[in-house]
Amino acid sequence: MSLTDILMQQLVNGLVLGSFYALVALGYTMIFGVIKLLNFAHGDVYMVGGFVGFGVLSAVGGTLGADWGGIAVAMFLSMIAMGCLGVVIERVAYHPMLAAPRLSILITALAVSLVLQNSVLTLTDGQITAFRTDLGFGGLEIGHVFITYNQMVLVGTAALLMIALETFVSRTQYGRAMRAVSIDKDMCRLMGIDVAKVIAITFFIGSALAAAAGTMAGAYYGSIWYFMGFLIGLKAFTAAVIGGIGSIPGAMAGGLILGLLEAFGTQIPGIGSEWKDVFSFSILILVLVFKPTGLFGKSETERM
Amino acid sequence: MADDAASRRRRDPAPSRPNTGVAQLLAVFDDPRKFWLAIAVVLVAVAVAPLLFGQYATVILTNALLYVVLCLGLNIVVGYAGLLDLGYAAFFAVGAYAVAILGQQTALGFWAAIPFALVAAAAAGVIIGGPTLRLRSDYLAIVTLGFGEIVRFSARNLEITGAASGISGIEQPSLFGWHIDSPTEFYYVFALLSVFAVIASVRLANSRLGRAWLYVRHDEDAAEAMGIDRVRVKLAAYVIGSIYGAIGGIFFAVNLGAISPESFSFEQSVLILMAVILGGMGKIPGVILGAFIIVLGPELLRDLGELRLLVFAVGLLLIMLFRPSGIWPSRKS
Amino acid sequence: MLLKLSDVQLRFAGNTVLHDVNFGVAESALTSLIGPNGAGKTSLFNCITGFYKPQGGSVVFDGHELLRLKPHRVTKLGIARTFQNLRLFREMTVLENVMAGMHCRTHAGAFAAVFRTPGQRREEAEIRAEAEDCLRFVGILDEKDRIATTLAYGHQRRVEIARALATRPKLMLLDEPAAGLNSGEKDELIGLIRRIRDERGVAVLLIEHDMGLVMKVSERITVLDHGRLIAEGTADEVRRDPKVIEAYLGQEEGEAAL
Repeated sequence: MSLTDILMQQLVNGLVLGSFYALVALGYTMIFGVIKLLNFAHGDVYMVGGFVGFGVLSAVGGTLGADWGGIAVAMFLSMIAMGCLGVVIERVAYHPMLAAPRLSILITALAVSLVLQNSVLTLTDGQITAFRTDLGFGGLEIGHVFITYNQMVLVGTAALLMIALETFVSRTQYGRAMRAVSIDKDMCRLMGIDVAKVIAITFFIGSALAAAAGTMAGAYYGSIWYFMGFLIGLKAFTAAVIGGIGSIPGAMAGGLILGLLEAFGTQIPGIGSEWKDVFSFSILILVLVFKPTGLFGKSETERM
Repeated sequence: MADDAASRRRRDPAPSRPNTGVAQLLAVFDDPRKFWLAIAVVLVAVAVAPLLFGQYATVILTNALLYVVLCLGLNIVVGYAGLLDLGYAAFFAVGAYAVAILGQQTALGFWAAIPFALVAAAAAGVIIGGPTLRLRSDYLAIVTLGFGEIVRFSARNLEITGAASGISGIEQPSLFGWHIDSPTEFYYVFALLSVFAVIASVRLANSRLGRAWLYVRHDEDAAEAMGIDRVRVKLAAYVIGSIYGAIGGIFFAVNLGAISPESFSFEQSVLILMAVILGGMGKIPGVILGAFIIVLGPELLRDLGELRLLVFAVGLLLIMLFRPSGIWPSRKS
Repeated sequence: MLLKLSDVQLRFAGNTVLHDVNFGVAESALTSLIGPNGAGKTSLFNCITGFYKPQGGSVVFDGHELLRLKPHRVTKLGIARTFQNLRLFREMTVLENVMAGMHCRTHAGAFAAVFRTPGQRREEAEIRAEAEDCLRFVGILDEKDRIATTLAYGHQRRVEIARALATRPKLMLLDEPAAGLNSGEKDELIGLIRRIRDERGVAVLLIEHDMGLVMKVSERITVLDHGRLIAEGTADEVRRDPKVIEAYLGQEEGEAAL
C-alpha cells in the first residue's frame, strides 16, 4: 500500500472515530451552553446508553434480527431511555446546585458520573460484555481503501442525527429558546421562556445523542464495559473545546477534527497506537492553553 | 417558577468552615485546654495502635496514614484554593517513580533521592498548573484529569518506568544504621509524616498565603484589587499540593517495595478527592476523618466487595446534595 | 499629576464606552467623577485598575504606564479601590478582610509559613497591627472579630475602605461609597474621606451620585456623559456649566439634586 492509501484508510477510520466523538461532544457543548456546567457524567450516559442498547437488542434481536434493523430499534429505545435519564440527573443533582459555588456543582457532576460507572461495574462485575450482533464485514473497495458497510451506515446515521439537531436548533421554537437561554437566562425569564423546560429538553437531546453513539459504538466494536465512557468523555470534551465550547457546529467539527488527528497521529513515527490517548490529551491541553475559545467559540466576556 | 426552588434551596458555599475565620480553622473545641487534651489523646492512640491491634491492622492503618498525607495535600488545592484537581494521583506517581528510578539507575540512595523527587513533582505542578490555572475552574478539572491519564499512560508505556509491570525490588531505606523494613516501623514513619503534614497544613492556613487562598476562592476580583496575584497564589497551592502527593508517593514506594501504573489510576485520584469532600473541604480534622473512612470503611464492611466504590460514590452525591460542607461539624460563630 | 489619563478609549462588542477621555488627579487631591447612569464612570475605574483593557490611550500613574498591567500590579503601585456593590470576603472576619490589603506589602511564602521563621512571625504581627490600625482609623476596631458580612451596611462600607487603606495607597478610588447610607452616615463619610487625605496624604477619586456630598467634599469635579468628558472644574464651575445641566436634565430620574 502506498502512503496515499494508508492516509486514505486513516481518513475513513478517523471519520468513524470522529462521528462518535462528535455525537458525544454535542451533548457536552449543549449542556454547557444552557447551564454552564461541564457535565462529567456525560461520558457515562454514553456508556449506560451502550448497555441499554445492548439489553434491548438482546431482547428483540431474536424477532427483529441483530443486524442494522434491530440495532436501529435498540438505538432508538436507548436514546429515549437515556434522554429521560439525563432529565432526571439534571432535576435531581444539578438543579438544586445551580446557585451554589462552581466547585460544588462540578463535584456533584463527578459524583453522578461515579454513581453511574460503579452501578454498571457492580451489575457486570467489572467484566467486558460482548455486544453480539449479526453485522457482516462486507464493504466497498475503492482503490486500495476498504470501507465497510458498517462504517458507512454509522457515519451516515451520525450525519443524519446531526442534521436533525441542526434543524431543530435553527428552525424550531425550542431550538431558538435553547440558544437564547445559553446567552442570557434572566432575559429569557423576563420574555416568558420556560427556562427549566428548555434545560430539560437540552439534557434530553444531549443524552439521547450520547446514547445513540454508545449503542452504535457497542455494536461496531463488539464490546462494552463500565469504564468506556471515561475516555470518550474526556475526548468528546476535547472535541467540544477544539470547536469552541457552547458551539454546536463547533462540536461537530471538533469531533471530526479530533478523530482525524488521532487516526493520522497514530501514523506518525514514534506515536504508536499506545500513545494515541496521550496524543489526544496533549492536544486538549495545548488548545486550552493557546486557544481556550476554540475554533468557533466566542471569546468570553471580560471579567466583572 | 421552577428556579425559585433553586434559590430557596440555595445552600451555603460548600468549601470549608462556614461562619468561621482562619484563626478558627482547627476548630475542634472552643476551649484550648480541651483542644490540647484531644491532640494528646489522638497522639497516644496513634502511638499505641500497632501494639494493640496486631500486624494486619497495622498495615491497614499505615495505608490510612498515607491517605492522611495525600488528603491533606489535596485539601490545600481543593479545600483552601478551591481548585478541582481530578488527577492528583499523578503527583503521587511522580514521587513514587522518581525514587524508584533513582534507586535503580543511580547510586544516590533513598534520602538523597528525595529532593530530586520533590523537585520533579513541583516541576510537574508548575508545568501543568502554570498555563492552566488562569483558565476557568472546570477546564482546570479536565486538564488535571487528562494530565493524570498522561502520567499513567506514560508509566505504562515507557521502559524506564518498567511499563505495565512497574518497578519492583525498591530498596527499603536505612536511617543512621536503622533499617526500616517491618510494617510496624513503616507505620511509625507514616505516623510521623502525618503529624508533619498536619502541622504544615495548620501553619499554611494561618499564614499570609493561606489567607490569600481563601480570598481568591471567595472573590477573585476583590482579591486582585487587594494586590493579590491570583495565578501565582493558585500555583503555590497547586505546587504545595503536588509536594504533599510526592512525599506520600516516595514513602509508598519504599514501603511496598514495588509499584505499578495501576496504583496511580483515576480511581486513586477520585478516592483521595472523596475523602477530602466527605470529611469536609478545608477542615483539617474533617479531612483526616475522611481519609480514615475511605481506608477503613471497606475493611470494616468486608462483604461490600465491588459495591465499595458505588457506596462511596452515592455517599459523595448525598454529601454534595445535603451537606456540602462535609461530615465534620462546622462551628457556629 | 499623580494620575494622568490621555485619550483613553474603551469599546465593548462594537460599542464605544469611553471616547478619548483625558483627565488627571493631582497629588493628595480630592476629586470627584460624576455623570448620569451609564456615563462610563465605573468603566473608567476599571480601566485605571486594570480590570478592563482599553483599546487606546494611556494611563500613567506616578511615572508608570498602567494600561497593560494586571489589577494586582496596579494595586501594588499604589492605587486602591472599593467596589460599587460591596465585595467583602464572605465567611471571614472583619480583621481578616482588612489583612487582605497587606498582602501586596508583605512577602512571606510557603516555606516561611511552614517553618514559622522569625521574619514570618514578625510580618504576621505587622499585618495584624496595621490592619487593626486601619480599622481604628475608620472607627470599627471593636467589630474586628465579627464575620464581615454580618455587620451593618454602613460598617461594611467602612471595612472596604479600611481594606483599601491597608494596601498603603497613594490614590484611592471610591465607587459610590455613600450608596445606601443614611444622612448621618453620609456626614461621617465626608469626615472620613477628608481624614484619608489630610491624615494619610492619600489622594481620593470618588464616583458618587449624591451631589450634596460631592459638592461638599471635592476640590475638583469631572463630569462624564456618554463616555465623553464634558466638563471639569470646581464645584461652582461645574454647577453652572450648561453642558452639565443639559446632561442631567436629559435624564428622567435621579440626580435632581444638581
